[in-house]
Amino acid sequence: MTSARPAPASSAVKPLRAEGLVKRFGEVVALNGITLELNGCECLGLLGPNGAGKSTLIRSVVGRVIPDAGTMSVFGSPAGSNGARAALGWVPQELALYPRLTCRENLEAFGRFHGLGSASLQSAVARCLEWAALADRAAERVSNLSGGMKRRLNMAAGLIHEPRLMLMDEPTVGVDPQSRNRIFEMIEALHAKGMSIIYTTHYMEEAERLCDRIAIVDHGRIIALGTRDELVRNAFASRSEAIAHFREPGVHVAEWVEKRGGRYVEGTGQFTLEHPSEIATLIDAAAKAGHELLDVSLRKPNLESVFLHLTGRELRE
Amino acid sequence: MIASIVRTALVSLRRDRGALALSFILPIAFFSIFAVIFGGRRDTTPKITVIVVDEDHSRGSQRLIKGLQAEASLVVRTRPPRKQGVEQPEYAAQTAEAAVKAGAAPVALIIPQGFGKNPISFGGSQEHPAIRLLKDSSDMVAPQMVAGLLQKVAMTSMPDVMAEQGSKYFEEYAGGITPEQRRRIQHSLDELQRYENDRDAAGANPGPSGASGGGLISITTRDVVGENKRSPMVSFYAAAIGVMFLLFTASSAAGSLLDEAESGTLDRVLSSHVTMTALLAGKLTFSTLLAFAQLVLMFIWAWAVFKLDFLPHIPGFVVMGVCTALAVAAFGMLLASICRTRAQLGPLSTLVILIMSSVGGSMFPRFLMPEAMQKAGLLTINAWAIDGFTKVFWRDEPLSHLWPQVVVLLAVAAVLFAIARRMARRWEYA
Repeated sequence: MTSARPAPASSAVKPLRAEGLVKRFGEVVALNGITLELNGCECLGLLGPNGAGKSTLIRSVVGRVIPDAGTMSVFGSPAGSNGARAALGWVPQELALYPRLTCRENLEAFGRFHGLGSASLQSAVARCLEWAALADRAAERVSNLSGGMKRRLNMAAGLIHEPRLMLMDEPTVGVDPQSRNRIFEMIEALHAKGMSIIYTTHYMEEAERLCDRIAIVDHGRIIALGTRDELVRNAFASRSEAIAHFREPGVHVAEWVEKRGGRYVEGTGQFTLEHPSEIATLIDAAAKAGHELLDVSLRKPNLESVFLHLTGRELRE
Repeated sequence: MIASIVRTALVSLRRDRGALALSFILPIAFFSIFAVIFGGRRDTTPKITVIVVDEDHSRGSQRLIKGLQAEASLVVRTRPPRKQGVEQPEYAAQTAEAAVKAGAAPVALIIPQGFGKNPISFGGSQEHPAIRLLKDSSDMVAPQMVAGLLQKVAMTSMPDVMAEQGSKYFEEYAGGITPEQRRRIQHSLDELQRYENDRDAAGANPGPSGASGGGLISITTRDVVGENKRSPMVSFYAAAIGVMFLLFTASSAAGSLLDEAESGTLDRVLSSHVTMTALLAGKLTFSTLLAFAQLVLMFIWAWAVFKLDFLPHIPGFVVMGVCTALAVAAFGMLLASICRTRAQLGPLSTLVILIMSSVGGSMFPRFLMPEAMQKAGLLTINAWAIDGFTKVFWRDEPLSHLWPQVVVLLAVAAVLFAIARRMARRWEYA
């Protein structure tokens, strides 16, 4: 193995450039012509429900999935090449660690797999342990760590060879809120240092907090791309959302909501209003239809609303 | 309630192919193998190869050889098999001994000069030349069978010689039924009785070497293989059991590949600079070292506790140990690469390894199996490994004689690893 380090990126060389990616698994089209560019020092969120194609896209970038069509480069090197491998750090969704090895031993193993020599390995391990706040657990076996610690170590293992582009595939799956917050802080620290990051999630809060731009992915396609505000503005302009809670939600309420052009989600009616004053009309109409309202609230549309608006489905469906 | 529990268990079993195989295929396979070994099919009952050297060339010795040749359970060889169509000279005492040492036959009989003149082993002042029985004591059955058949054949195939000899004795000892004759006959009977008593006192088994006067024919038995071994079968079982457990260890170690595939670690490793070939080669090296360490431990234990003659055989042990470890490691890699999950690997490896071990001689020596089964055993790693270790520890053969086992085991390792590499392509990319 050679310790190939990526050449310094010129401003013209994008951390990631993908064009027309197509990948089929039998009848299932996992990637359906995805074109994407990542800017230097940018954190790009891939937001979409399970099965949208986010992980397939990430696995294509790391060379674990070979697209049927399309091209992709990492800092100018073709995906899967040694140059691309050296530039990429991958945090898979699974806890891809050796459970019987300690934290330090895991990091050393992955460092060697990435071609780090003995001299640089120890400093890299120390850096990663510190970043993941696991220095005091360095000698602990992975199997003895808490879920949050395992997740942090999983991320640290992806960073051991000092990549320039981190791919994080739902790194907070199964993590409690406190640990999740700690992971956010770790990612923010990386981002602050200028690391380019692609972050997949189906939690809009995570995407809103961490990402400069967000690509909404559904059925293997990017259906919207932009900053959080751009996405909302493009989808809703100046419109607002009204959320109505009913005393007796049910089939009749759902039918009524849909008849009024709204969406019936988990017992609530969600309506897009051109102007907040339309809320009075909505309340009157509900009363006339015999549906008693518990409360009605106005809110600014968020990414969840954007996703619903674009796909007609919820993010977590 | 109970019916529901039974139904649930039944459905689970029906969908667990591994458990089904262990429950139904393995017992039947084992039963069939041992039924064949222990003579369930008469036409494949093993024959004992016996080398016969005739130093006497008398009518009696010729008759005896013909009688032995007529025995269905014996394959009598008076000369080595043809080489490139050229008939080989008859065995002499020295070449017969060398052939037994080399494992060509478990027993050799040397009919000494003068045997035909005086075949009966008791009485009188005459010398009674004893037939020399040279044996390989790793085969505990063949020498006993041959010795017994020799006595039987002597009685049935050379009755005239026996009668003639008997008349001579009668004349010598009886001389007509006179009081003197009675005294002499009584004397002979007393002598025979004394002989029998002495034999009883010495024990029925004369031991690895010694005279056997259990019949009319006098036989002197000598171990030519393993005569100085303190624990004759220990080396065999150290190799036989060792190889079987090596196979289990190797398949279990290779199973880490499946664990890593399931946990996603394999994906992560392959996204680094590690290629699939490098990964498999690393796993193969580890499994080989592990298997070799296991063999070292097994043989050192046999040396320390069961007095195996280990130290003088270290070079041969290392050669056979490394080749065996490499072959079983490649076998483990192949099994792991065939399976999709660790749960599949367990039953499959148990099934394959137990069948290989029973046919290959890890549970029961191959030389006691029917010929067809012995040949089938050559398809297993066990048989080649055990043969090699037997050459080293039992026959004291030089390293150069190990080449067939070394070549086969290395070839097996190369082929199995190549297939495993091919099968592992499914993990490389999606």
